[in-house]
Amino acid sequence: MTAMIAPVAWVCPVFGLGPLGHPPGVSHYLVVGAILFVCGVVCMATKRNALGVLMGIELVLNGANVNFVAFASPWLQADGARSIGLDGQAIAVFVIVLAAAEAAVALAITLNFYNNHATVDVDRADDLKG
Amino acid sequence: MGLESTLPMLLGLAWVVPLGSYVAILFFGPRMGPHGRNAAWVATAAIGTSLVLSLTAFALWLGHHPPVAIDHGHGGAHTAVEADPMDGPGAAGGAIRLVSARADTAAVDPGHADAPHAAHADGHGDGHGHAHAAPPAYAGDWYTLYEGGRLRLSIGWYIDTLTVLMFVVVTFIATCIHVYASGYMHDELHEVTDHEVRLAAGGHLHRPGRFPRFFQALSLFCFSMLGLVIAGNLAMVFVFWELVGICSWFLIGFYYERPSASTAANKAFIVNRIGDFGMLIGLMALWGALGTLHFADGPGQAGAGGDGQTRPGLFSLVRPAAHGHALQVPDGMVTFAASREVAAIAGRPGVPADVAAAEIAARTPGWREAGYGRWLLFVAGVGIFCGCVGKSAQFPLSVWLPDAMEGPTPVSALVHSATMVAAGVYLVGRFFPVLSPDVLLVIAYVGAITLFIAATIALVANDIKRVLAYSTVSQLGYMMLALGVGGWVAGLFHLVTHAFFKSLLFLCSGSVIHACHTNDMRKMGGLLKVMPWTAWTMLVGCLAIIGAGIPFVIGLSGYYSKDSILAQALSFAQANPRHAILYWAVAGGAFLTAFYMFRLWFMTFAGEPRDHHVADHAHESPNVMVAPLVALAALAVVAGWSLGSFGIANLLEQARPAGTAEGLAGGFVFGQSLVVPAEHLSHEGSIHVTATLTAFTTALAGVLVAAAMYLWRVVSPEAVAKACGPAYTFLANRWYLDELYHAVFVVPTLGIARLASANDRGVIDRIIDGVARLARGLAGIDAWIDRTIVDGVVNATAAATWSTGVRLKRLQTGRLRQYVAFIVLGTVVAAVVAGFLLRTSLAG
Repeated sequence: MTAMIAPVAWVCPVFGLGPLGHPPGVSHYLVVGAILFVCGVVCMATKRNALGVLMGIELVLNGANVNFVAFASPWLQADGARSIGLDGQAIAVFVIVLAAAEAAVALAITLNFYNNHATVDVDRADDLKG
Repeated sequence: MGLESTLPMLLGLAWVVPLGSYVAILFFGPRMGPHGRNAAWVATAAIGTSLVLSLTAFALWLGHHPPVAIDHGHGGAHTAVEADPMDGPGAAGGAIRLVSARADTAAVDPGHADAPHAAHADGHGDGHGHAHAAPPAYAGDWYTLYEGGRLRLSIGWYIDTLTVLMFVVVTFIATCIHVYASGYMHDELHEVTDHEVRLAAGGHLHRPGRFPRFFQALSLFCFSMLGLVIAGNLAMVFVFWELVGICSWFLIGFYYERPSASTAANKAFIVNRIGDFGMLIGLMALWGALGTLHFADGPGQAGAGGDGQTRPGLFSLVRPAAHGHALQVPDGMVTFAASREVAAIAGRPGVPADVAAAEIAARTPGWREAGYGRWLLFVAGVGIFCGCVGKSAQFPLSVWLPDAMEGPTPVSALVHSATMVAAGVYLVGRFFPVLSPDVLLVIAYVGAITLFIAATIALVANDIKRVLAYSTVSQLGYMMLALGVGGWVAGLFHLVTHAFFKSLLFLCSGSVIHACHTNDMRKMGGLLKVMPWTAWTMLVGCLAIIGAGIPFVIGLSGYYSKDSILAQALSFAQANPRHAILYWAVAGGAFLTAFYMFRLWFMTFAGEPRDHHVADHAHESPNVMVAPLVALAALAVVAGWSLGSFGIANLLEQARPAGTAEGLAGGFVFGQSLVVPAEHLSHEGSIHVTATLTAFTTALAGVLVAAAMYLWRVVSPEAVAKACGPAYTFLANRWYLDELYHAVFVVPTLGIARLASANDRGVIDRIIDGVARLARGLAGIDAWIDRTIVDGVVNATAAATWSTGVRLKRLQTGRLRQYVAFIVLGTVVAAVVAGFLLRTSLAG
């Protein structure tokens, strides 16, 4: 354990002396991811502007990405098993690509919606309501 | 190739060829030339082929078994019996050969002394040879339909001289009639207007001709008749018996649009069914007690379970060779009748089966002496005879034959004179060895009654075909009587000769009807000049049927056969004075026959025409119709002659069933004193001379009386009719037999039918209607439950689902932000719940 954490502490002394009183671990990253996620959800739930909602989605996706990367980082793994596993990173990259594609499609829909309704208010988009 | 394989092949082929013609006409008849004209050629060619094959078989038979001259009881055909089941490859279906060999057996016969024969009582010791004469015969099976246990049903043959002779007679007459019919049925080639059918809409019936159909039925009829003759067992006889019946139904009802024709066809069929019911009882009696229906001995059970023993047929069961071919109640019938005693022996505890069987076998002769099984033999004989009564139109089932004249005349000639009605006589002849003296007496009396009733009716009939029909019935009575008094050869001899002259007479009458377009003799007369061929051939037929001849020198065919019947009847009457009336019936019948036959001929051909309209239109028939008349007339003359040892009587003598040359004695139903004299006794000088002179005088008297009334007009027939008014009316109404049957059978049957119908409508239908109504009410209740409860549950479920759906619809607002809030809330709730559950499960 010590043998694994020591180089980190040597390279980044500030972690070892962090305000939390512990060396930074997975939970710190999870907290950051959760904050990002909740920010995104609140943004989606409150914004009436479609672009704002899209931004919220970006936040939610990247909150999840932080979790993936954090879990996958060898430096952060508790048992210190040395592997070159890149599963988390690969998924993060995949999510980024997905988000880009999604943004492109969503922006296209928004633009189209604007062309038709002269607005981007999501509350007005209730044409399919039963 | 030996005779035992050649004969079944030849005769079998002769039997099947008409079936081929039937099938061909059935499928291709209407396409055979214009209007099916060539169907006649097909059918005639088929029956002609059969004739050629039969003649070949006949010639082969004569070569191997030359007939022996009748030497009036001295010698006869001595034959040794050699039952020889062949198991070589040549034995098709397992043939049994009964080899005939001339051997002098007169000197040796240990079993002869105790044979209870009356013939010995009056010192005819020189008749020894007859008792042991087994006729040359071949029997076997082509095809076994079924074999299991004691039951064996097969298509087989039994060929003796009688079979070969009948084949020749049937195919010859059928050929003549086919040729004749191809001319007679000419009208059927075109559209036919039937003047005897009045339509409801007025006018007469127009219908297409049915030429091929006629020849089709004729072919099937020939096939059936030949199958009946060749049959090797009673089951096969019965099958073809019924086929003959159905063919006669087709042919009598040929003009089925005429109500009279269809009624006559049904009448013939139904009356025959009554006789066949008795025949079935006889078959069952034989089958149940003896376990076989085969005439001749046959090979044992085939296959692994077979014992290799020969299986005795009916003839050797009833007349075993070990018993000198004398009639005895067979073991099977004795043990069947003594079933209680047999059960007592077999049922004793601790006795092995073979010991019990041996004791039963040992006690069987004692039981036979005590009279067990005699009734069974009587029932079997009378039962089979019942079938013959129906088919041969004997009293009391004689009513169908005169009505059957509704068919075309060739049919009357073929079916109702020469072949079908001959089937009954043939079967009695074939079955003769099994008949006990009591059965023979029944047969004799039935024959006597029939011949008398029919002859008296024929005296006053005016329809030319009906006279011949009653004459046929009467002559069949002669044959039955002859068989019944023990004249086996006499009866069958008359069968053969009668076949020739009666078909001749029918064809002549057909020729007359063809020319005059009427059946009524009162409108004819003076036709001799117009149609000489028909007239002279018919005269030959009339002379033959009355038995004309120069006494003791020569005569027509009927002279010989009728004389032998009369002689046998006289011999019987002398042996049984109580039954002398049988002889008087025969003698009186001879007088009546002569009278009505010449009445017919004089009324038709002699004198002046009574109806000029008829006489002017009359003409001689075409050659195709006259040629058969000449051929048949020639045979009607010569059929009774014998050249040396060759003659029909000699051939029949050769076919005489084993043991029947001896007389029979001792009835048990009609008295112990009943004696059936041996036939050779009737050749004795005194009897023969008396019989011949009686026949000659009675026939001459009949002809003279007829001539006095109808030719010379010395006595007016009308005056005679008026003088014996009630008797005349009685006869003209045919003894009121039809009316009697109508009153006794038809009316009560209809009454019972009406009662049954009322019962059906009033009671059974009511009950069924009530049940139906009840079922309908119950179904109504059921329907209410279905609609209210079952459907209600289903509908309520649907309504609930619907309203839930409507309520849930409001949640779908279309607001994105609301949805997100739902998702978040849902996720949180799900997480909380999962957390709780997880914790619980982990804790647990």
